[in-house]
Amino acid sequence: MERKNAEAGSTAVACILALFLTVFTAVTVYYFVAITWFPPAITAFGALIDAQYHRTLIITGIVFVLAQLGLAWAVFRYRDQGQKVTYFEGHTGMEMVWTLATLVMFVGLGIYGERAWAEARFNEAAPGALQVEVTGMQFAWNFRYAGPDGQWGTIRPELISASTGNPVGLDPADANGRDDVVSPVMYVPVNREVEVLIRTQDVTHDFYVRELRLKQDAVPGLVIHLHFNATVPGEYEIACAELCGLGHQRMRSFLNVVPQEEYDRWMQEQLALLQP
Amino acid sequence: MVTHDSGGGGHQHHPPSGFIRKWIFSVDHKVIGLQYYFLALFSVFLGMGLSLLMRIHLVWPNAQLPSWLWPGGGQMTSEEYLALMTMHGSIMVFMVLTTAPQSGFGNYILPIQLGAADMAFPVLNMLSFWVTFVSLVVLGAAFFVAGGPPISGWTAYPPLSALGQIAGPGQGTGQTLWVIGVGIFCIAALLGALNFITTTLDLRTKGMTLSRMPLCVWAWLITAILGLLSFGVLLAACILLLLDRTAGTSFFIPGGLVLTDTPVTNHKGGSPLLWQHLFWFFGHPEVYIAILPGMGVASHILSTFARKPVFGYKAMVAAMSAIGFLGFMVWGHHMFMSGMSPYSAFAFSLMTMAIGVPSAIKTFNWLGTLWGGKIQFNTAMLFALGFVSLFVTGGLSGLFLAQPSIDLYMHDTYFVVAHFHLIMGVAAIFGIFAASYFWFPKMFGRMLNEGMGKIHFWFTFAGVYAIFMPMHFLGLAGHPRRYSDTTGVNYLVPLNEVHLFITIAALITITAQILFVINFIYSLKAGKKASENPWNATTLEWSIPSPPPFDNFGGQEPVVYRGAYEYGVPDAADDYIPQHLAPAKAGKAH
Repeated sequence: MERKNAEAGSTAVACILALFLTVFTAVTVYYFVAITWFPPAITAFGALIDAQYHRTLIITGIVFVLAQLGLAWAVFRYRDQGQKVTYFEGHTGMEMVWTLATLVMFVGLGIYGERAWAEARFNEAAPGALQVEVTGMQFAWNFRYAGPDGQWGTIRPELISASTGNPVGLDPADANGRDDVVSPVMYVPVNREVEVLIRTQDVTHDFYVRELRLKQDAVPGLVIHLHFNATVPGEYEIACAELCGLGHQRMRSFLNVVPQEEYDRWMQEQLALLQP
Repeated sequence: MVTHDSGGGGHQHHPPSGFIRKWIFSVDHKVIGLQYYFLALFSVFLGMGLSLLMRIHLVWPNAQLPSWLWPGGGQMTSEEYLALMTMHGSIMVFMVLTTAPQSGFGNYILPIQLGAADMAFPVLNMLSFWVTFVSLVVLGAAFFVAGGPPISGWTAYPPLSALGQIAGPGQGTGQTLWVIGVGIFCIAALLGALNFITTTLDLRTKGMTLSRMPLCVWAWLITAILGLLSFGVLLAACILLLLDRTAGTSFFIPGGLVLTDTPVTNHKGGSPLLWQHLFWFFGHPEVYIAILPGMGVASHILSTFARKPVFGYKAMVAAMSAIGFLGFMVWGHHMFMSGMSPYSAFAFSLMTMAIGVPSAIKTFNWLGTLWGGKIQFNTAMLFALGFVSLFVTGGLSGLFLAQPSIDLYMHDTYFVVAHFHLIMGVAAIFGIFAASYFWFPKMFGRMLNEGMGKIHFWFTFAGVYAIFMPMHFLGLAGHPRRYSDTTGVNYLVPLNEVHLFITIAALITITAQILFVINFIYSLKAGKKASENPWNATTLEWSIPSPPPFDNFGGQEPVVYRGAYEYGVPDAADDYIPQHLAPAKAGKAH
């Protein structure tokens, strides 16, 4: 049996590792804390989500710093300098303490965060919400409005023909559909409850608007209802967030949140374009 | 002839003769372990090459690539990027992370650490390797068929993956080969899992009680149980997908679909969500399959080179078991935005937050193992220490994604890519490297070069953080994943400099991996000869020659007198007491 080990402890390695971990921790904290990566939220539940994000950041940040610096300290302090080890196989008390603490912290955080989720998803849209049907296809978005009659025209998949101006397959025989507006960009009035009906014609897509803090898969065979109330006017990009094929990265549209009068004007323009 | 007496049922009584029996169709678990290991080594370099091409395209999407770098030269299209991405994920997850830690090292080391002469079913073992090999060939064939590899990601969500050629390039033959290749892999994984469990339960040598097993053995056992219960589900899902693609069924395809103005008329009644449930019911335990062996190896190596017992052995076993068990109850956290009920999301979310608890216990215990120790910084230990750091970082980002409210923003962004790469693509890989540097002397009878090993470690450790930490910030900025470039969405353009940083870091880090290969090949031939126990370690593999004889213990049955981590025992003759040392010689029995 050899006496000599392959490598004795090295103070240099210990110091470099401890230093690396410390610098890494500091740089990571800086980039998470000092820079605002999110665009500002423009919905009320968006603000709740951001608050929950910050709560989570604080808790995970503390654990991150303690664990990485703890590792750095242990590596430095207990490097082999010819000392005897302190022989212990565990400590039941400590195990129970940190198990309980972690359980309370993590699960507690999760339960607290459910409120933001509930705000976004548990309830239906308020009555009187403006409905917009959002249809994803390879590789574009189309937005349908029911028009002044408030009735949705029938859609028939076999009539879908993006190349001849009927991207969602409106049935010309259905009178309700005569005033349906189909637009490649989405307009909504500011401070108005909007209900989106998310669907797709072909594969799974995902309707994602950062500023709304809203994301939802568009699933073939389903129409998924979500709602939001945008409080800040502006032009916001809609990006597809579920791999849908070779054009996934350019399946982009715009959500325009505008004052009510501007929305009404836009709607009039769209309706005018429908006249034969 | 198979016998059920102790010491390795069905083992050979004479060494195999002839090149084919010895090295190709061997039933020796050590040869099979190496076959798996080299399959994984080949695959990891293939996977890294694919990712490097992806990173180059992300930064320079319009570049005319030279033909030595890109077959045929010219510009890479977005579908080609997605094909690279699909194969990168599939090869890395299946052929590297599910293979090297478990089938590679587990096969080689587990029987020896248990005192057995071989696995319980050596012929089945040989079969499971060769079936894995066939699955790699089938998967790899997708590169060479018309249309190329699939573009639907390693997750292959239908209808994109189910509708065939009309859904996109690569979705014809390429996708079919993917489904068949993955299905074959499932069969191999199931066979392997059976072997591991039976061996661990039945072939432990005298004195090797469950509580004296090394933690890596526990990890391999729990991983095998996860595999046994989850791969069957993926196999079923693959069969259903294959039927949808070729037999006109509609498990995953609803009616009324129209692709590029062409109605899909021969399918209706299916649900895309069904695939997601089946896939992720497998997929979540799969990621624990990828990381658990690394946790076991890390615990093992940290104890060995801190010269102290593992802190909280029983808690470590309980934590790994809890992770395995809870791992079956959280699959819905991959589906928060899928259209699944938001109430289910709530339930899955709480279970997922709960899984952070045993993970935290393991981290505390790793620190506790180091505390009060006498740490020796060889390369294996450095990779084990790096594993701890990476596990913390990668695991903590999971806490954000586990909450559906935050996932509303982060789902399908680069934040997810950062999370799973740190925890799988890096921490698990560090587990593989740590195991490589630790067990190379045993497997090949020679030491790896320490200087080169340390350089390899530093480049890799700094490099992987440089690659994957910035991806969190891309995600926070709302950068969706699986985008072949940033030219389609305005808000991505300011992030291009982050992409450039990541690509340069990737280039350097991947290049540095050549150091490992050079070290490996050089040391095989010219490394310092390794003794039986170069690390002064306690477990049974260090009580036999390096490399071991074909039947491990020379026909003897070793006897075990104590636990696996008796390092630094006060008043002992040495700073470690091997498991097999009889009490009279030890100075202190346990």
